[in-house]
Amino acid sequence: MSHFKTLFDTYNWDFILQSIFNKTEVEVKQALAKEKRDLEDFKALISPAAKPFLEEMAYKSKVLTKKRFGNTMQMYAPMYLSNECQNICTYCGFSLTNKIPRRTLTDAEILKEVAFLKHKGYDHILLVTGEANQKVGVDYINNAIRLIRSHFSNITIEVQPLDQDEYELLIQNGLYAVLVYQETYHRDEYKKHHPKGKKSNFDYRLDTPDRLGKAGVHKIGLGALFGLEDWRADSFFTALHLQYLQKTYWKTKYSISFPRLRPHSGGLDPKVEMTDSDLVQLICAFRLLDEDVELSMSTRESEIFRNNIVNLGITSISAESKTNPGGYSVEPQSLEQFEISDERSTEKVVEMLKSRGLEVVWKDWEYFSY
Amino acid sequence: MNQKLKIADKEFTSRLFTGTGKFSSSKLMRASLLASESELITVALKRVDVTNDEDDILTHLNHKHINLLPNTSGVRTAKEAIFAAELSREALQTNWVKLEIHPDPRYLLPDPIETLKAAEELVKLGFVVMPYIHADPVLCKRLEEVGAQCVMPLGAPIGSNKGLKTQDFLEIIIEQSNVPVIVDAGIGAPSHAAHAMELGADAVLVNTAIAVSQNPISMAKAFKMAVESGRMAFEAKLALIKNQAEASSPLTSFLN
Repeated sequence: MSHFKTLFDTYNWDFILQSIFNKTEVEVKQALAKEKRDLEDFKALISPAAKPFLEEMAYKSKVLTKKRFGNTMQMYAPMYLSNECQNICTYCGFSLTNKIPRRTLTDAEILKEVAFLKHKGYDHILLVTGEANQKVGVDYINNAIRLIRSHFSNITIEVQPLDQDEYELLIQNGLYAVLVYQETYHRDEYKKHHPKGKKSNFDYRLDTPDRLGKAGVHKIGLGALFGLEDWRADSFFTALHLQYLQKTYWKTKYSISFPRLRPHSGGLDPKVEMTDSDLVQLICAFRLLDEDVELSMSTRESEIFRNNIVNLGITSISAESKTNPGGYSVEPQSLEQFEISDERSTEKVVEMLKSRGLEVVWKDWEYFSY
Repeated sequence: MNQKLKIADKEFTSRLFTGTGKFSSSKLMRASLLASESELITVALKRVDVTNDEDDILTHLNHKHINLLPNTSGVRTAKEAIFAAELSREALQTNWVKLEIHPDPRYLLPDPIETLKAAEELVKLGFVVMPYIHADPVLCKRLEEVGAQCVMPLGAPIGSNKGLKTQDFLEIIIEQSNVPVIVDAGIGAPSHAAHAMELGADAVLVNTAIAVSQNPISMAKAFKMAVESGRMAFEAKLALIKNQAEASSPLTSFLN
């Protein structure tokens, strides 16, 4: 059986980082001139040497995205089901040691949140929980999916990593996609930020997309949490992971997210800063590497940034998000996982997208198998 | 006036089929599709809210010249395709289906094995089956044998705008087929569409090249004219291309 770890272990973090910083202007120009780009080109495009070429990268990214995805933007909404968590993650508001009121939504509460989001127009939903096997294990998630599946045409989860047979069960019951971010591909740094709980197992998390691929999930979302370690090296490993998965689980779609550390209760300052310009560079570099991969943008980013990035490679976007369980209608005051930045209403974001020549897509999936 | 095209029991004046994806608004989609004068327009079932009478896409496709061709985009197996076709027949009141089974989400290349299986079953269930497939002449004959009412081989990967990369195989398919041949996918310019029609394709399906152009309405008209022109040339019998000049002294004149 194939595992990404086998490939991953042949790479050395410091060596990769050095090779990115060694990229030259000539290599950037070569990468830009190519029609098909490989990981070496990707390194050049995320390197400091590519900074003067940002405008050209943005233009190319825009054109490629338009060709593949058209003048459209997929809308989705996150729905937090629980802030229970047995992990310690230094950067997260739900971390075990944070003394906050813990809350897990009941069926009735979930349906109340569903009604709110449906009213706003959403048809693609992202369910989020912390990692707490007793309270929000696979049974709870399975129940939630069955409860809401007649209301949404597309259900994604961002929850604790599960075993293959557990994913198979959820897929059977209507699960479409799973987002699982490695946070950082730097093994030692990962240990520092995840000292306790199941999440401290780096290898189990790294192997999660493999288990998902084997379970036959429709889409896998990858990403790193920028701020923990050098964003360039983490992005290289994300791209390496992506290409491995595409070759191995060729029936599955992939998406990339770009979360940057946001303020939260008990906060952590980023170790490595990623500027707006860096983030634009990275999004464009991913598009130039891969015409087909979905690129997703959350409300972590500011209004101005989001207004401008929607035409440069992003294919799906959320709006008006709440990162606390029951945040939309049940208990708006409960503690959030992180502060969002763009607080505009869904209507305002839709208006912005239309003014930028984008057709808003609410529904792009239908379950054909049950 | 070009000959009409007949598929199953329907006659089409226009040989340009179009799609509904990638437009920047439903309004612009409608205006472009009307400008194309296309009479058969494919729509992805997964994009439609079949429970909503006021679905944005469907309401914008409501026109007496437009026949809807639901497609099964998003399915990965024959079983899922059959489920999707049944759902679309019930929801959209048409037994026409564009059979698309592309388990590969990157290049959206069709799975020939699942497609053949699904086509056979769907024909038995009373569907007019229009299968999207590789430009594979043998597969086309097999689909014809199981009752597909036409074949839709690709010119190049979908959305690539690369034109007729599969020309040699398309020519064999056109030569051998007893059902209409519709070149689907890859057509990026009106000249590509005209070329396909000159080769004898019965129709072409164009989406990305219209939807993503700077001016979709003009581009739709350009494709309409190209398809008409290419067909007219085909019906008028194109002059053969000669690779060398004919010898001025005939080689067999000694026989006279």
